[in-house]
Amino acid sequence: MTTLETPDHIELGMTDDEYRSVIAILGREPLAAELAMYSVMWSEHCSYKSSRSHLGRFTSNQPWVIVGPGENAGVVDIGDGWLVALRIESHNHPSYVEPYQGAATGVGGILRDVFTMGARPIAVWDPLRFGPLDEAHNRYLFEGVVSGIAGYGNAVGVPTLGGEVEFADRFSKNPLVNVMALGLLKEDQLVLSGASGVGNLAVLLGNATGRDGIGGASILASASFEEGDEEKRPNVQVGDPFEEKKLIEACLELYQRNLVVAIQDLGAAGISCATSEVAGNGGMGMDVDLDKVHLREHDMNPGEILMSESQERMLAVVTPENEAEVLGIARRWEIDASTIGTIKPGPDLTIYSKGELVGEVPAASLADDAPKYDRPAERPVYLDIAWANGPQVPADLDAGAVLRVLLDDPAIGDRSWISRQYDHMLFLNTVVEPGHDGSLLRIKGTEKGLAVSTDGDSLRTYLDPRRGSARIVYESALNIAVTGANPYALVDNLNFGNPEEPGVMWQFIESVDGMAAACEELNVPVVGGNVSFYNQTDGVDIYPSPVVGMLGFCDPMPLRPPRLDRAEVGMAIWIVGPDAAGDFAASAYDRIINSNLGGRPTDADPEIAREVIDAAVSLAFTTPVLHDISTGGLAVSLAEIAIKSGVGVTIEGVTGPELFDETPLRFVAVGQGDTLEIAAPHRRIGTVSGGTLDFGDSGSISLEEAANVWRNALPRRMEH
Amino acid sequence: MTYSYVVSISRKQGLSDPEGTTTKKALNDLGFHGVTHVSYGRTISVEVEAESSEAARSQIEAMCTKLLANPVMERYTIEAAS
Amino acid sequence: MTIAVIVYPGTNCEHDIAHALNRAGTDTEMVWHRDTDLSGADGVVLPGGFAHGDYLRTGAIARFSPIMDEVVRLADAGIPILGICNGFQILTEAGLLPGGLVANRDLKFICAPTHLRVASTDSVLTRAAEVGQILELPLNSYEGNYLVDDVDSIEVEGDVILRYTNADGLINESTNPNGSMNNIAGITNSARNVAGLMPHPERASEDILGSADGMVLIEGFIASTELVDA
Repeated sequence: MTTLETPDHIELGMTDDEYRSVIAILGREPLAAELAMYSVMWSEHCSYKSSRSHLGRFTSNQPWVIVGPGENAGVVDIGDGWLVALRIESHNHPSYVEPYQGAATGVGGILRDVFTMGARPIAVWDPLRFGPLDEAHNRYLFEGVVSGIAGYGNAVGVPTLGGEVEFADRFSKNPLVNVMALGLLKEDQLVLSGASGVGNLAVLLGNATGRDGIGGASILASASFEEGDEEKRPNVQVGDPFEEKKLIEACLELYQRNLVVAIQDLGAAGISCATSEVAGNGGMGMDVDLDKVHLREHDMNPGEILMSESQERMLAVVTPENEAEVLGIARRWEIDASTIGTIKPGPDLTIYSKGELVGEVPAASLADDAPKYDRPAERPVYLDIAWANGPQVPADLDAGAVLRVLLDDPAIGDRSWISRQYDHMLFLNTVVEPGHDGSLLRIKGTEKGLAVSTDGDSLRTYLDPRRGSARIVYESALNIAVTGANPYALVDNLNFGNPEEPGVMWQFIESVDGMAAACEELNVPVVGGNVSFYNQTDGVDIYPSPVVGMLGFCDPMPLRPPRLDRAEVGMAIWIVGPDAAGDFAASAYDRIINSNLGGRPTDADPEIAREVIDAAVSLAFTTPVLHDISTGGLAVSLAEIAIKSGVGVTIEGVTGPELFDETPLRFVAVGQGDTLEIAAPHRRIGTVSGGTLDFGDSGSISLEEAANVWRNALPRRMEH
Repeated sequence: MTYSYVVSISRKQGLSDPEGTTTKKALNDLGFHGVTHVSYGRTISVEVEAESSEAARSQIEAMCTKLLANPVMERYTIEAAS
Repeated sequence: MTIAVIVYPGTNCEHDIAHALNRAGTDTEMVWHRDTDLSGADGVVLPGGFAHGDYLRTGAIARFSPIMDEVVRLADAGIPILGICNGFQILTEAGLLPGGLVANRDLKFICAPTHLRVASTDSVLTRAAEVGQILELPLNSYEGNYLVDDVDSIEVEGDVILRYTNADGLINESTNPNGSMNNIAGITNSARNVAGLMPHPERASEDILGSADGMVLIEGFIASTELVDA
């Protein structure tokens, strides 16, 4: 047996009950390596123990769902043999420690989740949240994260097509870095993670294994480490996009040649997670020889090798007959590979090192037997106080002056400071690039189009988790619809505070419920998601921040989809959707002009949602400009269209407050002609004109001034 | 007085160094088979006006921790330039 | 005609340039960097990407790949050679084109449409265009800043084929996106058969992508391959 001393389970973050569960499973006390494996696999991040019992609320039984939640990515069918894989992930805490590498390795991880399904990753989106930019440290994090996403994404060769950004004080110590990826594959290339075939081999592909990411766990210190010797305990994973690119190409070639029985990427908990999931998901067992693992450092102990989170690694199950060819393909693409395991009948994952048994656990137990907590939830006290503190919006506000202030807000102003750093053109699929509502991609050789939007709304969710989360789903669906695509599938990234607080748990459950209900109303399957808890520092939780990644599909796609820069003088301006209902809770107006966060957001009506979404989809095939009304209301939507098109607008019959109202499910349409052929409620509000944004009695602002302010919002804060 | 220093910055031990690894492979490929390790760093030369060499030195230390090196990922050495 | 597209580990624009070349009516063949045979090629393209991760210096390791000896041999024989973005960087490191590429003036990656002005049609790339023609092509690079030891001499020699400009054809600092000397975006060698440019013609090869201005360059290059006895 191993000579390592078994440490205290409490030090590893396990509870006494969890420890007792391990003993019950094994029928004995665990060995050091076994305890290490359970402690990481049963951590919140890996096991979802505080959220799992609620995630079953989501549904995904639509016929176009090929792979639902539970695999590395969701997969949907878009016809003619084409499948799309999608996934969203968070890398929040690592990005606070080291923003560039935290974000970079976040991109690397999400790409692996997608290409482990057999798909070529074709695009990435990044919804981000930071503290206010007037603090230097927040600027540092923002800059680092964006650079990291750019540095990794551009180098690995996957375009970044969009994202969103939100700034609020509660994110200062807890920035949120979420990344969504899309992959494309033909149906005969789909690969899952469950092993099969006794005698098949497990091949580790990619980077050599080092000590990345295991610095925190004291158990894993080799005997020669000294207390406080930080040098030898790196807690930062470093991304290598070049290695990942080679890995992508090698894996795609393996898939093309049908050489892979099953495959899993290595992320949290490294080899221990990948081997146990590959074996467990297939109902099999595996023998693993740690001596065969190709290492970067040669004095690692078994626990370190098992738990290492070195990046850019995959575990493939292959038949013995194909082993030589698989290793040959890896060699050709200049990546390392080592055969580290053999599949055997279940249930055990048996680990050897230097000829000794260092661990033996039922493979499936690491994932399946993880604790499941139904933590107490209680409606928090802040809600009633906040609801009583509603927004004050004067009827006689000066729209020009207000708009000027809003356009200067970094979450509203021009985000091309961010998107210019990303390659958005690679693969020649991008039809609607960053800077408009949803992204639109073509699939070469077909008339099919894929649309994607990522959306979040922390303040609204804080004020009403159920309504706020439902509205995020509807907003995302509208961002999809204005490209001409129908909402087709959804992945969610649920970023919340400490789940051991009943108030946070209440927010979570309400949010899941609101989101799930909205998805059902729209008949959109939830094919996967990520939960990030414990986003809390010094007792302060982040605002509840569920983020939605929505996929839309159209066939055929509009040949000239709407864009914000196609407005021309003389065109009519319409507003489509319900009338403004005085909805200012969590609005940009209340946040920026009143420095207030209060009131209760209105509910989004599902029937109206369907009507408005259908209207947007049908208009997208004939209308030059469609733009949703969200943050900042109608005035901001009109300003964005005006600035991008280089025109002015003349608006009539809209009051000052209506210009900044954020009632959901509304959008602007701009085009020729006097009527809109749609059933949804709509009314004409004005005409595209010369160089002024003229709101009638409510005020005005020159196009030039609006453009200058909007274009400089981010640069003036980030460049000195 | 002007004091000159050379700051050498390299990645902390144990952290992955993709540039070093790739360059080592390239050197081996070019026929330098004896190369067993390559690691990356950068050198920054700084000249600073100060009252004394101790004062200059402590300024350089501060520069390193504040800006020149990333303490999460890098370590550094400071040498007085001759 | 068959145009060889060289693929290094880390190259990522190979499928895009092949797509554009195929659409323009020519065959392409992907050639791995460790191969050593280009005898069937009527032209060679080094596409964009991050060959060898751009580690050490961009293009520095790639220029030693086994395939480069063949590329040099073909260049000496007058075969048309085109380097796009990373490909351009590799050609300068290999000495097939003068100068070098370093970090953009503002130290930020730039992915944005740029205007180019054709400075000379005496190259395998610009032969189908007209001097003074303005083209809109996307730039997508961190190290797109061109510099050369003796810029006056390459100007006198007429080696400059494309310059950064704006929609009105103005060439100065304000229309220079990355700080390149003399707004140089594309260069040719003295024999006029090797050309390199930082912007991507394949990304402006179809209207649905926003611009088809790159086609005049792609078609010019294809026409060049048809004129050479293999």
